[in-house]
Parts: sequence; C-alpha cells; structure tokens
Amino acid sequence: MRRIISFILLIIIFVGIYLALTHIPYAKDKMKVSKHYINNGIKENGAANIVTAVVLNYRGFDTLGEVTVLFIGAVGLGMILFGSRTNSKDRTPASLILTTGCRLLFPFILLLGIYIFIHGHLTPGGGFQGGAIIASGFLLNYLGCLKRPVKENGINAIESLAGTIFVMIGLIGLLYGGYFLLNFLPKGVLNTLVSGGILPLLYIAIGFKVGAELAGIIYKLME
Amino acid sequence: MNFLYQNIYYIGAFGLIFIGLYIVAAKKNLIKIIIGLGFISTGINLFLIIIGYIKKGTATIFSKPNLNPAQMVDPVPQALVLTAIVIDVAVLALALGLVIGLYKHYKTLNIRKIRGLKW
Amino acid sequence: MIFITFLVIIMLIGAIVACIFKDLLSAAIAAGIVSLIASILFYFLQAPDVAMAEASIGAALTTAIFVFAIKKTERYEENEKDN
Repeated sequence: MRRIISFILLIIIFVGIYLALTHIPYAKDKMKVSKHYINNGIKENGAANIVTAVVLNYRGFDTLGEVTVLFIGAVGLGMILFGSRTNSKDRTPASLILTTGCRLLFPFILLLGIYIFIHGHLTPGGGFQGGAIIASGFLLNYLGCLKRPVKENGINAIESLAGTIFVMIGLIGLLYGGYFLLNFLPKGVLNTLVSGGILPLLYIAIGFKVGAELAGIIYKLME
Repeated sequence: MNFLYQNIYYIGAFGLIFIGLYIVAAKKNLIKIIIGLGFISTGINLFLIIIGYIKKGTATIFSKPNLNPAQMVDPVPQALVLTAIVIDVAVLALALGLVIGLYKHYKTLNIRKIRGLKW
Repeated sequence: MIFITFLVIIMLIGAIVACIFKDLLSAAIAAGIVSLIASILFYFLQAPDVAMAEASIGAALTTAIFVFAIKKTERYEENEKDN
C-alpha cells in the first residue's frame, strides 16, 4: 500500500519537473560570470587551472565553510561513538605476503597523494582529491596488517595544525590591506610550480587537513 | 530515437534521483535508506555538471600557451560540485555513526519498530 | 554515443539492484558501482577534477564506510510483511 502510493506520487512529481525543465537549453553558451572568469583568470591569479582559481580565490569563503563542516562531522562522529571498543581477539593475522605488501605500498600511495595536491594549480586535481588518496593509504594499511601507521594523537594534531595554518594565511591577507584571503605573494610565470601566489600553500594545508580528517573517521569506525 | 540521443544524460540523472527518492520513501531498513540518500546526492551532482556543458567544449586548463577560451566549458558548477561531494561523505559518515548508536540501544534496524522517544 | 547510452543503462540497472536485494553487503557494492559509472560520466562531460573527486571519495571511501557499518549491525534485511 505504502509502496504504490509513493510510486504514484513520485510519478506526478517527475512529470511536473519534466514539464518545467524542457525550457533549459542543452549545450548552449555560458553565463556572463563564467566568461569573465575564463577571460581574466590568468591575469588575476597566475594559475593555469581555472577551477582551482574559482575554488580558492573567487569563492574562497565557501571552501572555508566546507572545511568547517567536515570538521564538525568528524567531531560529531567521535562524540557518538565514544568509549566503545570491541575486543580484538577474534582477528587472525594475515599471511606474510599480504602484510609485507601493504607495508611496502604505503609510502608510495602517500607520495601519489602529495604529488596530486602540490600540482593542484597546473593539472586536474587539488587538495580534496589528494587528501582522499592519503586516507585510502591509511585504510589499506589498517585492513592489511592490522596496524595503525600513525598514532591517533598524531592524526588529530596534524588536522588541527593544518586548519589553523589555512586561517592564518587568510588573516595575513587581511593585514596586508584589503580582504580575507588576499593574494599577496607574486604571481610568477605561467605553468611553473612556483606560481599563482598563495594558491599552492592553501591547497597544501587543505590536502593535509582532509587526509587526516578522513583517516580519523576510518580509525574511529574500525575500532 | 532522436529524443533519446539528445537527452540521454538527463534521463540518467533524473532516473537516479527517482530511484533514490523511492528508496527513502518506501523501504524499512535504516542502512538501505542511507544508501538511497547517497543516490540522491550523486544524481543531483550529475545534473549540475550537465547544465554547464557546451557542445564540443574542452576542459578549462590552459596547458598550452594559445588555447581558444571561447570553446571551454563552464567552470563555476564544477567548483561548487567539488565542495558538495566532500560534504556528502561527511554527512554519510555521521548518519552511519548515528545508525550504529541506534542499533546498540534498540537491537533492531527496522524503522517501524523504533517508535517514540523514551525518557 | 552508443557507449554513453550503454553506461547510463548499466548505472540505472545497478541502482535498481541496490533497491531490490535483501543482502545489505550486495546493496553496498551496487552503490559503489553506481558511483564508479557516475565518475566515468563526469569525465565525458569534460570535468576532470570532479571525476577524480567522485572516484576517490565516492567509490572508495563511501563503500568502505558502509561495510564498516554493516559489520557492526546486521547483515540481512528482515522479510516479514508488516506495514
């Protein structure tokens, strides 16, 4: 009974959405704001990746809010699952090949993650993607050989330090005159590693913060 | 058939939102409802990127010195969807933490049986 | 174009499979498959940053979090017919 009623209601809603959305043109021209960002992006930022420029320079305040929401999610999860440890006597250790392989692969996965968020302003990538790859390295190590590579207090310290550095860079921009997250370093030559002002520094802070955050969530759920 | 070829992306995005809404409205197990929530998020992100697409466009990266900036796709929806994907994983982790806490207290995952706030 | 139609059909079949199965572990893996095909569709829509984010966060970490939650609760859905 409930299933039939929900199905009919959903069909009515979706017919209404289809009738309303046939007026949106598919694959036509862009909006005016995007044209301004693409035409003047290199002059104002110095970064080759326009999506990085939009995320960190034109919409930098939204990134600060998103970092805050991630932090609140991790703190809430830690508060709910507080003090619930399962005894680990029902876990048999894996074979020698698996444990050695997992321990050998961990530095290379970390290196791949760090490469992706250092080159965030030149190639596709950035802080969030690199941080998720670092968290996958921690997950592999914990599933393979049942050991945490970095202790839990160290993970929390790295996360808090990286978040503080992000806000400090923004406040230094406020001191230089102007607004929060002002671009105060020189812009450099296009398509080199040291270019784009403070964009690489911001992505390094975000990369470490997101990686430590997601690794902390995995640690908390895996106990 | 021509209608199908022009709107295949829209059918994918709206089909996913439809199935996600059906799972949230009519299923009884808590973990399945959270899987449906994930489907709704993926469908909406797909729809936002479809709006910013241009026929025969390229990605917005100036890797070579002279690239035509009039043939690039829209970069603003991509930046907003990047933020939305990361927030979705935090919401899913917190929701699953709440489900684990509920299971410890009520010993069941059926939402028709978890009724009332008992003090 | 035929390839993209094929991928969209597989994505919708995967979503229906996640709705119907009673084994929650199979439903979580079907959710991972939907995320993976969505990441490929993001690449065809000329958005490489979003494709990388969806593949690493949606397909890998969300599936792992679901498996951890299923491990701490029950694995099979109840099949009594009550309203």
